[in-house]
Amino acid sequence: MTQLKQAQASPSSIVPRTKKKRVHGSILERYAALILACSILIIWQLAVVLLRLSEFVLPAPLVIAKRIFVEHELLISHGYITLLEVLAGFGSAFLVGIPLALAIFYSKAFERAVYPLLVALQTVPKVALAPILVLYLGYGWAPKIMLAFLISFFPIVISTVVGLQALDPALVNMVRSMGASESQVFFKLRLPSALPSIFGGLKVAVSLAVIGAIIGEYIAAERGLGYLQLQANAQFDTTLNFATVLTISFVGVFLYFVLAIIEEKVSHRRDRAN
Amino acid sequence: MASSHSKQAAAVAVSGVSMLYEVRNGDDVLALDNVSLDIEPGSFVAVVGPSGCGKSTLLALLAGLLPPTSGRLTIDGDVIVKPHPKVGVVFQSDLLLYWRDILGNILLPIEIKDMDADGYKEAARELLSQVGLEGFGDKYPYELSGGMRQRVAICRALIQEPGLLLMDEPFGALDALTREQMIMDLQTMWLRVRNTVLFITHGIDEAVFLADRVIVMSPRPGRIDLDLKIDLPRPRRWSGIHEDPKFNQYIRQVREMFEAKGVLVSH
Repeated sequence: MTQLKQAQASPSSIVPRTKKKRVHGSILERYAALILACSILIIWQLAVVLLRLSEFVLPAPLVIAKRIFVEHELLISHGYITLLEVLAGFGSAFLVGIPLALAIFYSKAFERAVYPLLVALQTVPKVALAPILVLYLGYGWAPKIMLAFLISFFPIVISTVVGLQALDPALVNMVRSMGASESQVFFKLRLPSALPSIFGGLKVAVSLAVIGAIIGEYIAAERGLGYLQLQANAQFDTTLNFATVLTISFVGVFLYFVLAIIEEKVSHRRDRAN
Repeated sequence: MASSHSKQAAAVAVSGVSMLYEVRNGDDVLALDNVSLDIEPGSFVAVVGPSGCGKSTLLALLAGLLPPTSGRLTIDGDVIVKPHPKVGVVFQSDLLLYWRDILGNILLPIEIKDMDADGYKEAARELLSQVGLEGFGDKYPYELSGGMRQRVAICRALIQEPGLLLMDEPFGALDALTREQMIMDLQTMWLRVRNTVLFITHGIDEAVFLADRVIVMSPRPGRIDLDLKIDLPRPRRWSGIHEDPKFNQYIRQVREMFEAKGVLVSH
């Protein structure tokens, strides 16, 4: 074994070539997104100033930024309400969706019974359900949470089922040949291999949950960012309108990154070759 | 050869084993037809045959992954009804888990048997250095070449010191040069460990080179056609072995059997 030529290569020399390129990539490549975003903002600012657009028609980015700063207490208090609705809806979709996905994966009968129903339900536009939900659930928290739940539920179930089904059966045989029980097969093999797909679904779902909560607030609410936006609209306050949109986006981006951080912690290491 | 085997080496007995795959609304496939085979502890047995001769089925049965339709298989006298703790398996592809580092992959069978994985870390590093991969323990599978990954898969099968090592065309997916190196390395490793090996392949030369016995199988239904004892001194050297008249005689015997069965057609 020791006479082996090719294996004398030191471990460090096996690092893929692409890595080097990534580290030394040009500044343009590294900050591409930031540069594009800044360019758009600058063009926007210049256009408003040069074309002398009124604040009512299109407020300049700096004006919006100033407004966000001035009104931050208002935005945070409404944003907090929306955030809670999103978390409640998304959280319950997670708590119901994952066990349902496991049931669909492990039971053929369950899959036959539930899966087609689930797909049929998915074709119903959830937004169209909002007025009905208000009718049954009233004007409080319930319809917003319900809408966030319904809209984020499907991607969680589907991505979990797809992730579990994508496993190479040869890997299952390999682990079984070591004498693994089904729970070991699940925790050592099925779950870790499905994690990228599950987190993909969770990230989609959390963005959708924000939409669900906002729609709920559009229909009937006395607080929340959706309500605040309608108020701004009614008062022809375009700047506050934009400030609210930015805050809504911030809630979505914030939750997305929280999930990304959890994913990093849970799956320690991502593959580049898979 | 058998006298120098290690204590751990397992005895294998296959008696009257048949395996019928039932195909819905079609002809059932008889993958193995009344196959019997006894393997002495510490011997290296290669099984050659074309695709569909049931050699992989035989391996799956010995691995305890399938129950036979009839007949029985034993390892050290234990009838196989589920994966036997004395068995390690190397598959055609490396089947490494990409989210585990190399050490974590090798220690997987230890974790599954609920043994102390930390206690085996040193043994795992020792195995890695034996296959020329010293210091690769904290690398990830995607950082290794195909040959290196298959070496890791072999280490994973050896970490539990299996009395019986089952290998299912382990070098089939490798390029010719890497394969040659792996064949020689496997011999070196086996001469050190001296456990029982069942090596499945469709490479006649690697079977004759590595084995004490070459079993030739024919397809549909899968049967043993020839049980050839290979009497060549060890360690055998790959370079020059193709000029060895005894080696070539064995190769010819296997090929003639394939020709007689219509597996190989000479024009």
